Amino acid sequence: MGSSRAPGGGRIDRGRPRRFRFDGTELEGFAGDTLASALLANGVDVVSTSPILGRPRGVLTTGPEEPAAIVEVTAPTVDVVAPATMLELVDGLEARPRAGTGRLPPASTPARRGEHRYAHCDVLVVGAGAAGLAAADAARRDAARVMLVEQHPWLGGSTVASASSEAAAAADATAERLAADDGIAILSRATALGVYDAGFVVVHERARPAERLWHVRAGRVVLATGASERPIPFADNDRPGVMLASAAATYVRRFGVRPGARAVVFTTNDSGFESAYVLAASGVDVAAIVDVRRGGRGRQLPPPSGAELLPGWTVTETRGDPRLRAVAVAGGASDRVIEADLLAVSGGWDPVVNLHRMIGGGLRYDDATACFVPDGSGPAWLDVVGRAAGAGLAPSAPYWYVPAEDLSRHFVDLQRDATVADIVEALGHGFRSVEHVKRSTYIGTALDQGRTSGAIAAEVVNDALGWQRGAQGPTSARPPFAPVPYSVIAGSARGRLFDPVRTTPIHAWHTASGAVFEAVGQWLRPRYFPRGDEDMEAAVRRECLAVRRDVGVMDASTLGKIEVVGPDAPAFLDRMYTNAMSTLGVGRVRYGLLCGLDGMVVDDGVAMRLAPDRYLVTTTTGGAAAVLDRFEEWLQTEWPELRVYCTSVTEQWSTVAVAGPRARDVLVALATDVDPSPAAFPFMHVRDGVVAGIPARIARISFSGELAFELNVSAWQGLALWEAALAAGAPLGIAPYGTEAMHVLRAEKGYPIVGQDTDGTVTPFDLGMGRIVNEAKGDFIGRRSLRRPDAARADRRHLVALLPLDPRARLPEGAQVASEPSGDPPVRMIGHVTSSYDSPVLERAFALGLIERGRDLIGRTVFARLDGGAVPVTVADPVLYDPEARRRDG
Amino acid sequence: VLLVPCPWCGPRAEIEFRYGGEAHLDYPDDPQGLTDEEWAAFLFMRTNAKGDAAERWFHAAGCRRWFNAVRNTTSHEFIAAYRIGERAPRAGA
Repeated sequence: MGSSRAPGGGRIDRGRPRRFRFDGTELEGFAGDTLASALLANGVDVVSTSPILGRPRGVLTTGPEEPAAIVEVTAPTVDVVAPATMLELVDGLEARPRAGTGRLPPASTPARRGEHRYAHCDVLVVGAGAAGLAAADAARRDAARVMLVEQHPWLGGSTVASASSEAAAAADATAERLAADDGIAILSRATALGVYDAGFVVVHERARPAERLWHVRAGRVVLATGASERPIPFADNDRPGVMLASAAATYVRRFGVRPGARAVVFTTNDSGFESAYVLAASGVDVAAIVDVRRGGRGRQLPPPSGAELLPGWTVTETRGDPRLRAVAVAGGASDRVIEADLLAVSGGWDPVVNLHRMIGGGLRYDDATACFVPDGSGPAWLDVVGRAAGAGLAPSAPYWYVPAEDLSRHFVDLQRDATVADIVEALGHGFRSVEHVKRSTYIGTALDQGRTSGAIAAEVVNDALGWQRGAQGPTSARPPFAPVPYSVIAGSARGRLFDPVRTTPIHAWHTASGAVFEAVGQWLRPRYFPRGDEDMEAAVRRECLAVRRDVGVMDASTLGKIEVVGPDAPAFLDRMYTNAMSTLGVGRVRYGLLCGLDGMVVDDGVAMRLAPDRYLVTTTTGGAAAVLDRFEEWLQTEWPELRVYCTSVTEQWSTVAVAGPRARDVLVALATDVDPSPAAFPFMHVRDGVVAGIPARIARISFSGELAFELNVSAWQGLALWEAALAAGAPLGIAPYGTEAMHVLRAEKGYPIVGQDTDGTVTPFDLGMGRIVNEAKGDFIGRRSLRRPDAARADRRHLVALLPLDPRARLPEGAQVASEPSGDPPVRMIGHVTSSYDSPVLERAFALGLIERGRDLIGRTVFARLDGGAVPVTVADPVLYDPEARRRDG
Repeated sequence: VLLVPCPWCGPRAEIEFRYGGEAHLDYPDDPQGLTDEEWAAFLFMRTNAKGDAAERWFHAAGCRRWFNAVRNTTSHEFIAAYRIGERAPRAGA
């Protein structure tokens, strides 16, 4: 391992050394190096072992297309798989060869930090090579806002590796001018991951300390993504020391590294000669140029002095241990072996068209350059320029691999260890499409997405099938263009910031009281309030019994609340709900169901009539936004003539539900100017009054079957009312209860929860709520569908209760139900369990379920089929507790 | 990620909108008078046009207005956007 750093040259900063470790060895490079160039400079031949065959691999390229030098980074930030060609050398960098297909870091590994940025510009240029710099420069002359993104830390692209120094000098001059221009934003170390509709481009910027995901909306997008050199498969073409010719020239020019002492160049086109000049000029002994082209066909350039030209010859094999020592060539009368430690290969060039194709741009096969180039199609706002468009590519012989008897060491995709023989085998299985061959061989499915292998694979397939060149092109391109960490995609939307958390005005009390919360949509609701060392079962049991025997209090502020106001509000609600709301008297409350046009239940709630032209309707906690949207949709699109305004007031009101036989006593103790007696304040009525000195809207509605008052007050007063209710109710044994007890209490009464006991396939009749479907009032959403033959089927599933014969056998929610206890699969299921609890008052486990012809099966035994066997259950009417509703008046 | 031309707010990012399916499917005057086949055609059958199609959009996280737009379903290009009650500027599919 000797140093191969040239004494001078390159664009590294020799005054700023960088210390790093590779595979445990302390090494040194310079600022401006990549890990790949620093390893080459230190004479490290083997950078990685191949994932499946364990073959030693070196460095093939200088960019994200790298399929060989794949490493695992352990410091300063962890990266499980990364191409060494894209890792900027920093002090303290630690890496090692990737193990197999890679290994996950421990869960304790800190994620790479990411943040999202948003930008708008007139022109976005992707790629800062000669074409990209020129495009950005031209756009600035139109005084436009320009963004230029470049995946490498430097600008200039491949100009640095040109044989003549003019291209690099011109690029440097343009880059310098643009860097001083305030009207252009230049992002380096930034990869455009995908191009989407209407000029939307997502860019991953590898910035520090946090990486950035840019969402850019551009009026025009210019793709100047350049071209990528193709390797050529021959026997042992994956040996360390085999490198793309342009990469070899780039290591010389950019990094001041001689990637070998004695080189053979193997080429199909004149660009291989250009790279040979660069190598020769840096002191590399170029022994021979092996050119597959015979005679002078297409060839314009002479070999560098001292190099032998072998026209019409090919490289058949490499030898070494493991680094390249000799190249076997064939072509003349006899085969030859040429000693060399560098084999620079150019199989032609492929425009980098991934982004162009993602947004629908098409390709055409170009015979002269033997590659696919953009065909001019694609969105009007997109331009492809420079070598990405096929401009300035060297004409190339159409040459895809070196023929041989044994093709099993002709590597096509180095990251997948896939060879020409693997493609031939896939064709033998009958595959014809390159998309199928890709999925059979895995060629093009690794990190580089087939950047160096896709075009070769396609032409090997075309050739083997006897189809013309270009009959099938490369496989589909999809975002992301290069790997991006999930942590960067997540950005700051992690943990507590993943989704907004909504809490009620009483939340602080719940937290202080040790409530256990559950998420209901974005809301955080108390699930139960454990006392002492109670577990959930004990707490829920105690809370349920408090409501059934004394009194409980629940924070119901999360219920969706919509004010529906206007002279046509009654008619509008009649069209939305299955029952009539126009006939509701002022001061009255009515339960209602909302159906979709298909007649299926989508939400429920109550409507309170506050005035002739004013209703307050409630929705499920999770359905509030959808119900408001539904109201708006019908008002705006079908009935704009209706004079109705809908306003969400969910967060303006705080709702405290007081439920239980002693609820009236609590109300009296709170001091109210409303007469709470059953005669003065009947069930399903609403009154405005004052409670505990707070203006309140009081509704007598019950979700537990017990006497209950719902106290609605201004959100600002919610906590005060809650604390007052607890204080006033203390002598009466009041207990706060959470959503779990609420669920048990409502299920004992057979009240369904929309979204739990329904799933979008359930009609009001299926729920046993035909009584609130009012056909006489006129049309309403879903009415016609309820008369479709399917809705009238006799074998529909009905909501019923399910009582396990063993009263302790609580069924899992979701359990499937069959009519027989056993039988060979497939067993026909007649329904499933939707809700399941232990009932303290019934002193047994019970469930609700949707069962085929369920109401006709009441009293019969069916079977919940579980992994452990069948649990016999009796079908029952869903109202298990107080079916005569004697308790609701207290 | 479309740029949706809200006729009230101008071009805004797709994330602010809800898609509302095919436009100009008027709710029948008398659903009860329709046969099952006629009702099913209204409820379920859609043109699913390839090319220019008139669609409903809802600016849910903006002005909260419904509007109609003609969009090419192949190129995703918006050809026109217009308010509820207005006719499609160019015949939709």
